[in-house]
Amino acid sequence: MDNKRITIFAGHYGSGKTNVAVNYSLYLRNKYPEKEISIGDIDIVNPYFRSKDSMEILKDNSIRLISSEFANSNVDLPAIPPETYALLDNKDMLGVIDVGGDDRGALALGRFAEKIAQENDYEMLFVINKYRPLTETPQAAIEIMKEIETACGLKFTAIVNNSNIGVLTKENHIISSFSYAEKVSALSGLPIKFTGAEKSLAESLKGKAENIFGMTLYVRQSFK
Amino acid sequence: MSDKVLMKGNEALAEAAIMAGCRHYFGYPITPQTEVAAYMSKRMPKIDGGVFLQAESEIAAINMVIGVAATGKRVMTSSSSPGISLKSEGLSYLAGCDLPALIVNVQRGGPGLGGIQPSQSDYFHATRGAGHGDFHMLVLAPNSVQEMVSLVFKGFDLAEKYRMTAMILSDGTMGQMMEPVSLDMGEIKQYDKPWALTGTELKRKPNIVNSLYLKPEELEVKNFERYEKYKAIEETEAMYDEYMMEDAEICIVAFGVASRVSQNAIDQARAQGIKVGMIRPITLWPFPKKALLKASEKVNAFVSVELSMGQMVEDIELATRCAKPVLLCNRVGGMIPTTEDVLNKIMEATKVGGAK
Repeated sequence: MDNKRITIFAGHYGSGKTNVAVNYSLYLRNKYPEKEISIGDIDIVNPYFRSKDSMEILKDNSIRLISSEFANSNVDLPAIPPETYALLDNKDMLGVIDVGGDDRGALALGRFAEKIAQENDYEMLFVINKYRPLTETPQAAIEIMKEIETACGLKFTAIVNNSNIGVLTKENHIISSFSYAEKVSALSGLPIKFTGAEKSLAESLKGKAENIFGMTLYVRQSFK
Repeated sequence: MSDKVLMKGNEALAEAAIMAGCRHYFGYPITPQTEVAAYMSKRMPKIDGGVFLQAESEIAAINMVIGVAATGKRVMTSSSSPGISLKSEGLSYLAGCDLPALIVNVQRGGPGLGGIQPSQSDYFHATRGAGHGDFHMLVLAPNSVQEMVSLVFKGFDLAEKYRMTAMILSDGTMGQMMEPVSLDMGEIKQYDKPWALTGTELKRKPNIVNSLYLKPEELEVKNFERYEKYKAIEETEAMYDEYMMEDAEICIVAFGVASRVSQNAIDQARAQGIKVGMIRPITLWPFPKKALLKASEKVNAFVSVELSMGQMVEDIELATRCAKPVLLCNRVGGMIPTTEDVLNKIMEATKVGGAK
């Protein structure tokens, strides 16, 4: 998989952006053992279940987490840390940006849009999930995609199909999401970068599907 | 193919309300329930007759609810703890006017501004003191995203059946977590509403929806009538779920997120040979008194697992006439009891209650 210096994950609220972003940063670590890698959490919408939940695994893999000190705290401050600029200004660093859901979350990305566009070494990935009611149809997904682009002032460059139905996700859920993702791709003119699947599912999908990105689920509640 | 979708608890509350025929939502944003309003703002304008209105305050929103409820239409508002406090006056007026409505409280830590992490410390408020005057609300406590859906349907149904306010007493974790959910709940029951303000067309006497009674004698009668109704509801509408209670010597009582953690703890304790089960109240008012009283004949001790300083404890003691010790396992301030916390308390209960 090719990558750019900066990879931005945005999409509908609850589409799984944070999990994908955390896993993608671990993938980059694997690919570039020597590089400096940062993940920037600029989610100003979601109060719980943040990339900060994955702090330990990121730390263990020498991935710098740039996250608001108020994330997962008891206050409701939609703050973005100034260190986010390190991710943009340090051109030797690989950066992953985890954006908050929908157009509301993407507004925060707009703050950095000019810098990102100027450098022009970025990918912006639209994370989609067929099993989320407000993006159930390709048309609805495109609508949200356009709202996000308008809010942040950047255009998406590819799609990540993260269709899943939580713990109940089976092979057939993922396979039957392919035609959905292809329609989103056709309507938007954007390629599909990969389809995300939990690691054991990714394993069993080998030979049955292409371009599967195996992921470990780090952001999840502690009870069954 | 599966008919299930993946939803946040808060989104499920909103979508379920729409599916249950609610076309009027009035609210005001507050973490951790904002997704209810956000979802409604996206969906309602796309539905025939759908109204989403962000009011200027929680107080305005609850008064808008009173207005729509008086016309007999299904109506809903939602908030989180501090916002629910603001709605208290309206909740009392809804009760005084005998109006059906659905109120959602996605609880966060308190008192005061407290914090945005989950809590269950509005138990007293919901089950006892939701406002001034003698009244009760139907209080439903979901413990999964699926139950968020089914209890919204149930809430609207009971509210109309008894002309009462139903409250979904949820918590931040339930609101924020995502689970697969089916939205198909079948037919919606229809109730006659001869009391509703729908316009007389000069064909009938005008209805009056009001909570002011000029004669104390009349107001007294109203209160007695209402309490007759409450008594009937306590007899017939209490809902609960039992988990591994057949041979239990210790009974955990927990609702919402606390019941999810407790279930994990019970599984682990059972693996160690400890006979522990759970009664999970689904309605907090009416409280499942009979089930607990019956359990008190068999078990040696109760453990109340709560995200509060111990509010439901009092209802367990009342229901069981203090027949057996009631221990409290609690975390507050936005913290959730861990499986270990519950396990430790189960161990303590084996000693206190004399269970083997």
